[in-house]
Amino acid sequence: MTRHRLFWPAAALVALLLGNVAVSPRFFAVEIRDGHLYGNLIDILRNGAPLILVAVGMTLVVATRGIDLSVGAVVAVSGGMACVQLGSTSVVLAVAIALGLCLVLGAWNGWLVAGLKIQPIVATLILMVAGRGLAQLITGGQIVTVSSGPFLAIAGGYLLTLPLSFLIAMAVFALTSLVVRRTALGLLLESVGGNPEASRLSGLRSGRLIWLCYVFSALCAGIAGLIISSNVTGADGNNAGLWMELDAILAVVIGGTQLTGGRFSLGGTVIGALLIQTLTTTVYALGIPSQETLLFKAVVVTAVCLVQSPAFRAKLVRRRRRPGPPAPVAAPEKVEVAS
Amino acid sequence: MNQSRAILRMTGIHKRFPGVTALDDVDFRLFPGEVHALMGENGAGKSTLIKVLTGVEGVDAGTIELAGSPVSFGGPDQAQRAGVSTVYQEVNLCPNLSVAENIFIGREPRRFGRIQWSRMRKRAEELLARLDLHVDVSAELGTQSIAVQQMVAIARALDVQARVLVLDEPTSSLDAKEVEQLMDVLRALRADGMAILFVSHFIDQVFAIADRMTVLRNGKLVGEYPTAEMTPVELVRKMIGKELAALDELEVSERSRPDADRPVLVAADGLGRSGAIEPFALTVRRGEVVGLAGLLGSGRTELARLLFGADHADAGTVDVDGQRVHLRSPRVAMKHRIAFCSENRKTEGLIAELTIRENIALAVQADRGWLRPIPRRRQLELAARYIEALDIRPADPEAVVGTLSGGNQQKVLLARWMATEPRLLILDEPTRGIDIGAKAEIQRLVASLSEDGMAVLFVSAELEEVLRLSHHVAVLRDRRVVAQLANEGLTPEEIMSTIADGTGS
Repeated sequence: MTRHRLFWPAAALVALLLGNVAVSPRFFAVEIRDGHLYGNLIDILRNGAPLILVAVGMTLVVATRGIDLSVGAVVAVSGGMACVQLGSTSVVLAVAIALGLCLVLGAWNGWLVAGLKIQPIVATLILMVAGRGLAQLITGGQIVTVSSGPFLAIAGGYLLTLPLSFLIAMAVFALTSLVVRRTALGLLLESVGGNPEASRLSGLRSGRLIWLCYVFSALCAGIAGLIISSNVTGADGNNAGLWMELDAILAVVIGGTQLTGGRFSLGGTVIGALLIQTLTTTVYALGIPSQETLLFKAVVVTAVCLVQSPAFRAKLVRRRRRPGPPAPVAAPEKVEVAS
Repeated sequence: MNQSRAILRMTGIHKRFPGVTALDDVDFRLFPGEVHALMGENGAGKSTLIKVLTGVEGVDAGTIELAGSPVSFGGPDQAQRAGVSTVYQEVNLCPNLSVAENIFIGREPRRFGRIQWSRMRKRAEELLARLDLHVDVSAELGTQSIAVQQMVAIARALDVQARVLVLDEPTSSLDAKEVEQLMDVLRALRADGMAILFVSHFIDQVFAIADRMTVLRNGKLVGEYPTAEMTPVELVRKMIGKELAALDELEVSERSRPDADRPVLVAADGLGRSGAIEPFALTVRRGEVVGLAGLLGSGRTELARLLFGADHADAGTVDVDGQRVHLRSPRVAMKHRIAFCSENRKTEGLIAELTIRENIALAVQADRGWLRPIPRRRQLELAARYIEALDIRPADPEAVVGTLSGGNQQKVLLARWMATEPRLLILDEPTRGIDIGAKAEIQRLVASLSEDGMAVLFVSAELEEVLRLSHHVAVLRDRRVVAQLANEGLTPEEIMSTIADGTGS
């Protein structure tokens, strides 16, 4: 079972959740208030939605050997655009304009990477910086607040007792998985990421595929931006989605997709994103002082990465075997058989 | 020689991978001052034995002794420090670094922590001079030919104070002259007391250089023999474990020849690309095998790539079925049902982390576009068909291609292109670095495909192979097509003299 590629990320997530229960037994408590579910677990799903969205888009980009550093800035642009537009138009139109702008930004990233063959980290760094500027330009450097009910429902609403934002993220995830695995897109992406030249010589139009991934990544970031600005009832060009690209990359990696491209796992990414969100919730639940938060997170993430590394696990097993007399040597072997 | 003590002794080596026993109770010994050939078909366990020796893989059971004391290397770098240097089949260097940097990477000459660049370059030149190779050592390695890269890999191995030199298929990308050069180097090293483990598919080379040979078959030891007491036929029999009927069948050169009035499938006229290949004319008829003969670097691959649109031609025209076509990308060539198996299966052919099924389906899928996926059931059928037809091992469509042996990888690549049902199949060195059994199968396959009407452009460094299969041979020299000969009893000598003269007769 440990061979399954989702085993270690899932095990880490479960361990973190159990750790929370051990410290505060009420952690898993879920109750119904005002007709919707309420509790720490629901908070994780609700607040984790933007990261899930951004990370799902990032996964496809990473699968092509790329990386998208601009997602955090795109989050800010999307939120800013929507909130500004809400002042003059309907919710649907505002959302459409915001997402349309994100598609343009994604097309720009994709053109730099696939058309001009600029290294992805450099190409998207441009928008990572410029996007923040654009967001501030759109919001006029102010924090734009909104009060439109339907817009606030994006993050605050519930459907069938579940938070709407989480359902949106799950819908995007499910749709993406379906498209990627039911069409040949997944295979072609893995092929392009695994060996670009061999893919070209097999007749793949890798440029178009790669371009598409950046467009999709920006779209996902755009939706995440809507959720975030809805959640805080306003747009903050400076801070919305700040450093989110790093969390997203981390979620992708924890989920088992390698930055070297090729094989990817959307399910793993969702688990990775939930893990990161659980960590944030844990920090609040345990009442860890804010000055220790980052260090605490770093320690947990390091532990997760170590546990996922086959080399590290092999080392642990070897170390356990070496000093023991013959009898206990059998024990770790049994563990392996069982696995 | 037998009186001296073995420098290396491997005893009772067992190695299992998930699903297969790669090595089963294998013994091996190596003496100073000998060239010892390790022989066996693809998948016989040669590469695994080398990996176990150099610490790339651990052993499940058995002992390895170096100079009498047991060792267990944690990796190739440890092995190298202990005096066991390895040159791998696929050149394992950094193409973006200079020649000199590649030789000294990880152990650059330093002074006060600073790399001594001039000393490094000078020593690199000395080392390469020992191999009779004179190139600009500050040039990027990637700009050099594969043959030069191979020599650089050997120079790198020699620089460490090696006592044991392991050469895994060192000659598979070298031309005849370079092979001779390498053999001279090996003889000199042997005379210095170096113990050399030599793996090669070229049986004549093994007989020319090896003192003794160890034969493996299906992960088991067949035996260890002095070369003087062996004959090539005997050796092949021990390797494949059956009689040579399969090889005799290869002598199919008396094949039916397509008539000259068969329709022309592909006609190139004045096609060329500066710096790669001078303008040439070439026609390939339906059902015809056209061979490309020439030394390494004579432009064989460059010619083949132009016909597939892998590179852009900057002059000339191509007609397919009498229609002018513009081969601006592989995709366009594929639309005209042209297929191309690259000589570099690792870098330009396979997607190592994908499965056999996915690799075989890839070209067909690329042609259909991502919106029209091949149903999984059909992918499996496709994979099963070619696994059976080409005898791909393991016969598991979900096996990851990167774990396959070289010959089986080549078959997967072939299967990918056969699945596209091409009218012109371009094969660039399809038999390089694969064992004699797989080679025979691929040759037979080419013959039968052409009999069924497929046109084949066959590129190979082995003249015998080109002559055995081709109806026509285009001879290249210095990036120019110098002659086109009908293969009516052509001999390798005639081809060689054509290459040497540089003129068509």
